[in-house]
Amino acid sequence: MSSIGTGYDLSVTTFSPDGRVFQIEYAAKAVDNSGTVIGIRCKDGIVMGVEKLIASKMMLPGSNRRIHSVNRHSGMAVAGLAADGRQIVARAKSEATNYQSVYGEPIPVKELAERVASYVHLCTLYWWLRPFGCGIILGGYDRDGPQLYMVEPSGISYRYFGAAIGKGKQAAKTEIEKLKLSEMTCREGVIEVAKIIYKVHDEAKDKAFELEMSWVCDESKQQHQKVPGDLLEEAKAAARTALEEMDAD
Amino acid sequence: MDLNMNVDAPHSMGTTIIGVTYNGGVVLGADSRTSTGMYVANRASDKITQLTDNVYVCRSGSAADSQIVSDYVRYFLHQHTIQLGQPATVKVAANLIRLLSYSNKNMLQTGLIVGGWDKYEGGKIYGVPLGGTLVEQPFTIGGSGSSYLYGFFDQAWKEGMTKDEAEQLVVKAVSLAIARDGASGGVVRTVIINSEGVTRNFYPGDKLPLWHEELEPQNSLLDILNAPSPEPMNI
Repeated sequence: MSSIGTGYDLSVTTFSPDGRVFQIEYAAKAVDNSGTVIGIRCKDGIVMGVEKLIASKMMLPGSNRRIHSVNRHSGMAVAGLAADGRQIVARAKSEATNYQSVYGEPIPVKELAERVASYVHLCTLYWWLRPFGCGIILGGYDRDGPQLYMVEPSGISYRYFGAAIGKGKQAAKTEIEKLKLSEMTCREGVIEVAKIIYKVHDEAKDKAFELEMSWVCDESKQQHQKVPGDLLEEAKAAARTALEEMDAD
Repeated sequence: MDLNMNVDAPHSMGTTIIGVTYNGGVVLGADSRTSTGMYVANRASDKITQLTDNVYVCRSGSAADSQIVSDYVRYFLHQHTIQLGQPATVKVAANLIRLLSYSNKNMLQTGLIVGGWDKYEGGKIYGVPLGGTLVEQPFTIGGSGSSYLYGFFDQAWKEGMTKDEAEQLVVKAVSLAIARDGASGGVVRTVIINSEGVTRNFYPGDKLPLWHEELEPQNSLLDILNAPSPEPMNI
């Protein structure tokens, strides 16, 4: 998959002879090197989970949040360069409040995704800017129901039932495909997401990690929030048990 | 004979405008008089203007101001509809009207009633009076003729009317206001908006109920001359 674009990869405004923009592809590599982020769309809402790789034992648990609320009913989980991600979240929050002031209603998730994608894409058009080195999973619940979008560093945005980015994305996608999402509630979804993240975490390469999860569903009254403490503990316990069962085979 | 008519005075729509929700949609109603001072510049104007396929607005006050505001909002809503990929909601239309009215309150003099139907909220009426307030109401009245209708609606309005009941109420109310308000007159226009679409109705003078000592409409002076009592003033 790795290829060197000698000479054609110095600027984001240069195409290679085979029609690729290497800078954007390199930005995507930055995303692939970060902890796994997954999102699923259940029948009554969205669940997002992040495998937060802990750089140092001295870090306070619960700090360095990777999932952010954009407005009351939508949130985004960021993979890749954290500082770039902060910038995108700030922009998304600003777009959401601006839409609300002009149109008098909360921004539909589809609109928000388009605006975030446009902003990410903008930074791939000028030589004096570099592309964002992050992938975003955006989940929200508006009057058309729960919706999940993924935005890549190229500025592409699609709507998904289930999406994964980061180190373990291939394995995570396989696991997500096994789930029957249309019949699952978010409560069940939280357990499944935890199990998947624990499963795709590579003990050998990365030491410790912290699981961060959020949801927006009927149970949370269509508001984006951290998964409640007791449910999170339940999910972690179930995930650990599932891992042990797997190892025991 | 008054030859001091100032025909260059700003066109104002004295007006009576009404918006009413019913079980399944909304009915908007208005008179049709546009005056320039004492002169009736247009006796058959259409004060109910389309913003989108499913949202209309009743205009009152300065004709120019209300037209400009409607034009801008129609333009913004059109773009919004394209971006959204589906019809705009009544709430969004009303909010855009409000933003223009409020931000330009020093220069504008127009009271508007936004009414329409969308698939999320059904039929809705929003009043945007002079200062740029935005109020969602089950029914609302506006214009100079509305002063005479507050008591009438207190008594006659009820929740959950049928489409025909609502339209009859609106037509009756506008004709009552026309009878008392010099700045309202002409014909009554109504627009009914619901899930099935939009229906425009037109009630000319002879279709409206008469109040108190109003005379029957005459088609020709000859009718007066041929009447049994050729001098109607001579009782």
